[in-house]
Amino acid sequence: MTTPASSIVLVLIGSVIGSVGAIFLKSGALVLRPNLSSIVLNWRLALGIITYMLSSILFVKGMSNGELSVLFPMVSLGYICTLAWSRLFFHEVITKAKVMGISLILAGIVCLSLANK
Amino acid sequence: MSTVTITPGAHEVDPAKRRQAALIVACCTLLIAVAQILIKIGANRLSHAGFMATFIGIFTVPPLFAGYCLYGIFTVLFVYALRHGEVSVLYPIIALGYVWVAILSSVVFHESMNPLKIVAIAIIVAGVSVLGWGKS
Repeated sequence: MTTPASSIVLVLIGSVIGSVGAIFLKSGALVLRPNLSSIVLNWRLALGIITYMLSSILFVKGMSNGELSVLFPMVSLGYICTLAWSRLFFHEVITKAKVMGISLILAGIVCLSLANK
Repeated sequence: MSTVTITPGAHEVDPAKRRQAALIVACCTLLIAVAQILIKIGANRLSHAGFMATFIGIFTVPPLFAGYCLYGIFTVLFVYALRHGEVSVLYPIIALGYVWVAILSSVVFHESMNPLKIVAIAIIVAGVSVLGWGKS
């Protein structure tokens, strides 16, 4: 059994959307106060949860065909996106180690899709 | 010998708690791998489902739901571990999850393993580990 390209695309898009969800959750958590209305009325948290759900649907849909050993490591694309969003929205520094990590993960994902004959 | 940088809060971490954090995360990687296998078993039943049916399936297909519950447990444990351990140590451990998933995929689902696939997974494991160093 080989993994269809559509499954790979679904899992990759799911990872990108999931990383956006993480950013909403973080920005929501930053303005959180310890009372119920602050949690319920927090649109950032709500958006974060909705985004996570959407990413789970794409993820499960992608996983429904193809090999887990190919699809699961592809989720690591989310780490790269999280770094990019953190740089954009929270002005976190991209260190040399981060650049190296990103390059390795990208190289791994490319190799993995090549290995999927 | 090496320069030691003190990050805020890091000075109060004691070695026992740090070891405990590493151990928790190591157990977490097994939890993730099992969760992933369950999610795959559940997802296989939804190969012809639409997006709405897939969403409902997350709550109604038992292995899928169980897999996501395990993920929830993992998240709680991981957040606890992050409080007591260092990211630079914990990330390489978390990357172990990819190894377990690869092994379990070939054992449980008889997925093919070829040298390029093994190299690719090893490169991703290295990449995630290196990311952890960049975060400390």
